[in-house]
Amino acid sequence: MQATTHMKRRSDGRISIKSGNEVQLIMQLTILILTVLTVLAFLFFDYTGLDIQRAIQETAYNLKVMFLEPALSHFGWGEAIYQVGITLGLAFLSTILGAVLSFFLALSAATNLTNEWITKIVRIFLAFIRAVPTVLWVLIFAIAAGLGSEAAVLGMLFHSIAYLVKAFSEAFEEVDKGIIEALRATGAGWWHIVVHAILPSTFTYLMSWTFLRFEINFAVAVAMGAAAGAGGIGFELFMASSFYFDLREVGMITYMILVLAIILEVISTLLKNRYFPASIKN
Amino acid sequence: MNENRIRYKKNQQMIIVVLLLALVTYLSSVLTDFNILHGLATLPEAFIWIFSNLVVTEESLERMPTILDKLVETILMSIAATTTATILSLFLGVMGSKSVGTSKLLGILARFIASLSRNIPVVAWALILLLSFGQNSLTGYLALFVGSVGFLTRAFIEVIDESSQSAVEALQATGATYIQIIMKAVIPECLPQIISWILFMIETNIRNATLVGILTGTGIGYTFDLYYKTLNYHGVALVTVSIVVAVILIELLSNHVRKVIL
Amino acid sequence: MSLLTVQQLGKSYNNQNKVLQNVNFEVDAGEFISIIGPSGAGKSTLLRCINRMVDIDEGAVIFDGADVGTLNKKELRKLRTDIGMVFQHYNLVPRLSVIENVLHGRFGYKTTLQGVMGRFTEEEKERAFFLLEKLGIVEHAYKRCDQLSGGQQQRVGIARALIQEPKIVLCDEPIASLDPNASKIIMDHLKSITMELGITCIVNLHQVEVARDYSDRIIGLRQGQVVFDDVSHRLTLERTDVIYGTKTKPVPVVRELATV
Ligand SMILES: Nc1ncnc2c1ncn2[C@@H]1O[C@H](COP(=O)(O)OP(=O)(O)OP(=O)(O)O)[C@@H](O)[C@H]1O
Ligand SMILES: [Mg+2]
Repeated sequence: MQATTHMKRRSDGRISIKSGNEVQLIMQLTILILTVLTVLAFLFFDYTGLDIQRAIQETAYNLKVMFLEPALSHFGWGEAIYQVGITLGLAFLSTILGAVLSFFLALSAATNLTNEWITKIVRIFLAFIRAVPTVLWVLIFAIAAGLGSEAAVLGMLFHSIAYLVKAFSEAFEEVDKGIIEALRATGAGWWHIVVHAILPSTFTYLMSWTFLRFEINFAVAVAMGAAAGAGGIGFELFMASSFYFDLREVGMITYMILVLAIILEVISTLLKNRYFPASIKN
Repeated sequence: MNENRIRYKKNQQMIIVVLLLALVTYLSSVLTDFNILHGLATLPEAFIWIFSNLVVTEESLERMPTILDKLVETILMSIAATTTATILSLFLGVMGSKSVGTSKLLGILARFIASLSRNIPVVAWALILLLSFGQNSLTGYLALFVGSVGFLTRAFIEVIDESSQSAVEALQATGATYIQIIMKAVIPECLPQIISWILFMIETNIRNATLVGILTGTGIGYTFDLYYKTLNYHGVALVTVSIVVAVILIELLSNHVRKVIL
Repeated sequence: MSLLTVQQLGKSYNNQNKVLQNVNFEVDAGEFISIIGPSGAGKSTLLRCINRMVDIDEGAVIFDGADVGTLNKKELRKLRTDIGMVFQHYNLVPRLSVIENVLHGRFGYKTTLQGVMGRFTEEEKERAFFLLEKLGIVEHAYKRCDQLSGGQQQRVGIARALIQEPKIVLCDEPIASLDPNASKIIMDHLKSITMELGITCIVNLHQVEVARDYSDRIIGLRQGQVVFDDVSHRLTLERTDVIYGTKTKPVPVVRELATV
């Protein structure tokens, strides 16, 4: 029978049904390695002072207090809204400055607008920027430039730029070649092309990406407030939890952040569905 | 001319948007006490400071073993958080997907859980967990886990809904059970995308682990914080460099895997 | 007794106008039947009522003595193992190997766990290889399905249906995405399933010629109603026109023909 000559058998003599190609192999290997590392992680964790049963019970109790009895005690609603405003402000400033800078960087990173090695240098530079966690950027600038909102905004700027340059340059690369060539043929200069062809045809797209980054930056700004003393509602969250141990206040602050985050998420989902083809993800 | 009028209108819209943004920028600067000129002015100084102080010296290299130890702990923590979150997220992702979900109610529930864990910031989870789990790896792990569940569930829902569903119908017609269909048709079809998201999440979690570490006193974040607070800038530099190297290495590795499987 | 009886079958999606109404026919074991009709006539819906991929609204479908509409989950699973299905777009898992896709046809006979673990007996695997050989694609057994041509993929689909050891195979436009050559190969294989294995075939088709060439009997569907049901050679041009509505004929004529 011809069929038997095409059968592959495993070492135990049973017929194999896996295709065994490279893709399958790499995927299995990846899963295997990650599983082993996970097991190792749990073996090597430092469990000092942990009473798991008590911890779970306490956490459950804490969550209950937080979410079912939220209240503000160390500051009033006016102050709370002011602090939320600061967080939003920090997020907005780092986003908008990031967007402006990214626009110019992206022009030099888009393969259809500049030569190849500039593109490469920009990309390597961005990979480096991305590799440093935002909190480290903020803390480093806090000592380097003196503490203040400037440090927070500068620190948050880096990842915003890394994110937006990638998005923007891809948007620029999709601009119709014909438009650029037509303008070039009329003798238009590089800036002329940018202002009259690139910018108008990508503007809404750039705005949407900028908003998506704003959504992310809101969460980052909260985190920076808590971990890097950048102020705003994140800092209040940190104080309520680590300084006053006031679970009700933690709960109320969490609710405020949650509501804002969900509003921002809903808007970005709408933007994504409206302006982006299905294939693009954040 | 009509075309001109459209262009004019579009330009007008652009100008309005830009003006609005400028206004909000101004308000934000006032609110946050942010001075762009001051920021720019200190920038050269800041970079000079960085390049003269944040250098790795031979002396600081002696701390390398401790730092490596913490770095490994942090990487393992991030991987463990991601893989375990993946298991839960696959359940939630299947439940929440429109194409293979079983019921509307469960779907809403899955998406609600994902939304909560995603939109409550990781720092909040870290601070809450710190209160009862104390200063140990599990706290950091759990904070990352919760955040990952939210993010991965949303990603998996999208992956499943965008993947081809035709085999599902065929397997239903053979009399296969729901779980068989999910495990043998839906998951295999989505696996490359799923792995790609897992790798992305690991990268993200390593960066987030630094943040969570600073708050919960665990992993490389704690080491950084220690050096930072004792003004040991050579230590700060070394920690930063090792994080950068680790993240870039992992990113290169992930990109290689992605290139093969996608 | 006939293998399949469709009685007064009616179906509508979301309570809108009827997709199927008063459909009656019987199918004997070993028959090769084509269903033809214009787009939207309800051909796919009719096939899917037989293995209850869509719910039955009115009337009954009796398959092998069982009232399909009243089966519980477990009985329905059992029923579906007896009914193979072949699709226009093959409906394979593109990333998996040919042999894995063929063996998917055995899930209906397995517990959930066996299926998930991929526990197939040696006999099942050998049977899969045997079928692939019969269909002439055994050399591709370990290839990924997305590396095969359409005709080859459809043969994988047929193998998946046959490994179920079904009593009937339902084919929903199996050749609509194929070129004439590949179409002929697929139709020949389907025909030989009936001739050699004695398995009943119901095939939805768009090509009237193909239907006439291959089937014993043709059912013509128009706007959810059976307007022709007879042996193939009785399908004249005139009657084809009625099914497809290519010439405007007054409705009574349709009724008249339906009772032929
Ligand atoms: N899942 C569904 N929900 C709602 N309406 C449907 C659904 N499936 C089919 N229909 C409608 O039922 C009618 C019959 O569809 P069906 O797919 O059975 O026709 P068909 O004869 O197979 O057509 P084609 O030759 O184009 O495949 C069509 O009007 C279609 O719009
Ligand atoms: Mg159809």
